[in-house]
Amino acid sequence: MSAPTAAPRTAPRQAGPGQGRAFLGVLGRDLAVTGKEFGSFISQVLVQPFFLLFVFGVVLGQLGYVTPGYAQLLLPGLLALNAFFVAVQATALPLVIDFSYTKEIEDRLLAPLSTRLVAVEKIVFGALRGLFGSLVMIPVGYLVLDEVAWDLAGLPLAALLLVLGSLAGGAAGLVIGTLVSPRRINVVFAVVITPLLFTGSTQFPFLQLGNLRWFQVICALNPITYVSEGLRGALTPSVPHLAGWICLLALLVSCALFGAIGIRGFVRRAID
Amino acid sequence: MSSQTTTLPARPATADDAEPAVEVADLVKRYGRSSRPAVDGLSFAVRRGEVFGLLGPNGAGKTTTVGVLTTRVTKTSGRATVAGIDVSADPVAARAVLGVVPQRPNLDRSLDARGNLVWHAAYHGVPRARRRALADELLERMGLADKATTNPDELSGGQAQRLIIARGLMHDPRVLFLDEPSTGLDPQARLFVHDRVAELAASGVTVVLTTHDMDEAAKLADRVGIVDHGRLLALDTPSALVAALPGEATIDLTLTGADVATLRGRIDAVRGIAGVEDLTGERPDTHLRVRCDGEAGAVLAPVLGAVADAGATVSEVDLGEPTLEDVFIDLTGRGLR
Ligand SMILES: Nc1ncnc2c1ncn2[C@@H]1O[C@H](COP(=O)(O)OP(=O)(O)OP(=O)(O)O)[C@@H](O)[C@H]1O
Ligand SMILES: [Mg+2]
Repeated sequence: MSAPTAAPRTAPRQAGPGQGRAFLGVLGRDLAVTGKEFGSFISQVLVQPFFLLFVFGVVLGQLGYVTPGYAQLLLPGLLALNAFFVAVQATALPLVIDFSYTKEIEDRLLAPLSTRLVAVEKIVFGALRGLFGSLVMIPVGYLVLDEVAWDLAGLPLAALLLVLGSLAGGAAGLVIGTLVSPRRINVVFAVVITPLLFTGSTQFPFLQLGNLRWFQVICALNPITYVSEGLRGALTPSVPHLAGWICLLALLVSCALFGAIGIRGFVRRAID
Repeated sequence: MSSQTTTLPARPATADDAEPAVEVADLVKRYGRSSRPAVDGLSFAVRRGEVFGLLGPNGAGKTTTVGVLTTRVTKTSGRATVAGIDVSADPVAARAVLGVVPQRPNLDRSLDARGNLVWHAAYHGVPRARRRALADELLERMGLADKATTNPDELSGGQAQRLIIARGLMHDPRVLFLDEPSTGLDPQARLFVHDRVAELAASGVTVVLTTHDMDEAAKLADRVGIVDHGRLLALDTPSALVAALPGEATIDLTLTGADVATLRGRIDAVRGIAGVEDLTGERPDTHLRVRCDGEAGAVLAPVLGAVADAGATVSEVDLGEPTLEDVFIDLTGRGLR
């Protein structure tokens, strides 16, 4: 009676690392590459918001074109902007190139990890970069601006909003990265990114746009609005702002919507 | 380049030795809305430890077949398994046991050569402590020890190919797929890759390779499947395929001084001749391949006589056994794809 009966079909020689470890491996690679290119990453993250901060917060203030309280309003907006944009760029640009030309992502698509989870990793990685990008704006803001005073009790909510904003950015980046062809990426960035930059209620409070109703409606469609407004509610409650629950809800909806479209697009591009 | 052989640990034989390492049954793949399927009802099975060659002209569906087996392409219908795992039902498990060397290089250019290997191992859950040593061992084996910190952009085509093979082996796959592993390699690099493939097979890894290089298929593969238009035309050992060809031997003639049609007519009329092919192509002299029913020597004299009767002058005669190339051309025709 030595005949081996009904051995399990998938022999246990290599049970597979479990998708969790493969996920961490893929995320680890992205983080390691960011670490190696830290200098260029940090300049990409800092330069644009620094100039926005400096011109709007310092130059215009000294010239007397904006009121002294403006910096207080601007800094949360710039944190929001960076959280979303750094995440979008971190996810979208490499994917456009990877899927169209270099195919470098193939090795990760062949990891023992479901293709959807590779897409989720892209979102998470973009979000981590976005989060980092917005956090480094805090010391910069304190250094450049004079009158910044935050309500520290609002920090936990602010952190949650930044996490959600970064995730929404990463997911939006996945949508762009998988739907846009490399020939059109320049156009898309000009036509989509620039309006997003100026309709995110970053440089103005959303609720005071009552006289520009059409513009307010456009701003309401931009997820960055809800990060900016939510942060103002948490950190600088004296500035007029949208209610926190509206912001959280809107961000959850954006994450879910962009995430669903982005992951579908990713799977479609990854598998013929 | 050292071709010193490192012995790999042989896998212990287990109960499921009889189960094919790769099985494809009635596989069909139709891309998008295209009318003709790229793979059209393909079936074959590869035994464990076997080297299996998929041979076919451009666009035959080789890469598509490998794509389905390596979970990068979704099948339209049929069945495909690797190491007993249905690749479309459980792609994650399949990816853990297969290794891929793609037709197009896809090295990660944000990492150096060693980084490519180490991170690949990380994706596959190789313990952190072992990754680096394993990477260095494979770099050594692939003759890349001095390239560990080189960026893939700065590797030659052959070096990149060897690095990709090393990467495919980092997680100790049970089945390795090589899609045209030696295209674009110089003879030394090609031989080196051939040696590594033979070594792998000897250590119990199943190898599926695609190629249009007949010599490579004849040399490396235990069995060869010839595909065209997504269908399997023949499947056997290289020698059996050659033996089945009508005409057992060939006489290659290089000659001048007569037109091809007349020559073919005269030679065809000789008793014991199975056929005449025109291989002239771009060459200035006429080049004919005569296939014989029996031994070439027996019909050589009458063939040369027929040529002389046609008024041609022979400058070179080559007697040959038919090769896999003859089988290939016989099955897939001369037309360009
Ligand atoms: N992603 C794709 N989308 C649409 N059609 C495709 C795609 N990939 C391959 N094809 C088509 O499928 C057919 C088979 O292609 P495949 O790449 O499998 O051939 P192959 O045998 O590997 O050829 P080669 O020797 O040139 O590499 C071809 O007609 C090709 O045009
Ligand atoms: Mg191919």
